Amino acid sequence: MYGAIWRTLPGPVWLRIALVLVLVVAVLAVLSTWVFPWVDSVINDQQVTVGNQ
Amino acid sequence: MSVVGVLGELLITAGVLVLLFLGWQLWWNDFIVAGQQRTDATELSQTWTKDHPVAPSNTAQPEETEKPADTAADPVVVEQANHGDDFAILYVPRFAEYEKNYSRVITEGVDHVAILNAGRVGHYPDTQLPGEAGNFVLAAHRSAYGGGMHWITDFRLGDRIYVETADGWYSYAFRDLEFVPDTQIDVLAPVPRNGGVTPTDSIITLTSCNPLWSTAERVIAYGVFDSFRPRAAGAPAEITSAVAAHEES
Repeated sequence: MYGAIWRTLPGPVWLRIALVLVLVVAVLAVLSTWVFPWVDSVINDQQVTVGNQ
Repeated sequence: MSVVGVLGELLITAGVLVLLFLGWQLWWNDFIVAGQQRTDATELSQTWTKDHPVAPSNTAQPEETEKPADTAADPVVVEQANHGDDFAILYVPRFAEYEKNYSRVITEGVDHVAILNAGRVGHYPDTQLPGEAGNFVLAAHRSAYGGGMHWITDFRLGDRIYVETADGWYSYAFRDLEFVPDTQIDVLAPVPRNGGVTPTDSIITLTSCNPLWSTAERVIAYGVFDSFRPRAAGAPAEITSAVAAHEES
């Protein structure tokens, strides 16, 4: 899977490394901006108060 | 590429995603929310200062001799806020050792998602307010979501806890910690752990989770009311930088 992505990327090795870095940053941005906040709102029901008010 | 190979890569990816999520929740989002809380506290404090201008400090105008009565007045009783309204700001110099200019907005209510997960410090409904006899009880997350009470076990006897409202600053002195199960609701009583007794002291009670990174128990910090400083007298010296950070940002 990741091997196929690497082979799909164009250009010499340095350009591919640069493109991989751009892809990683893009994925992290999407995760932290949309995916993780949504997951957090779905799975999180821990109580932190006294008497569970 | 073999099916097994792809499956293996997907499983590794899933593991990395879970670790990334934990990192996001416990540190990155925690850091972002804490910053937002300080910014919100800033704006709230500035609004109040605009409504009640702070007099120039007495060092700048030596001809105006400031009487002690100007800085330590009878506390104004805080009015009951509507559910979900921001009505005060919490400052804890001990926490500021770890988070520069620590401050958190205090909101009426302890709703888990809307108030506490937003990083706010919540005021338990039906507990008392600053300026009156009884128990002013607050709740906040211990870790993640801005971790308002992350360093609660670092309190030392006599540490100041400040609550700012539109009227001024209420100062409390930390007294002791207690560790209880989450069913121990008499920590919310007007005289903590003595339900039914008529209060004479003004107490602040901070509640959060214990141990760190867990919600198994509750940690309770008690403080006793010490003094009230009206807004016109300016911020208490100990938290001047946290309040002054407001002007810089």
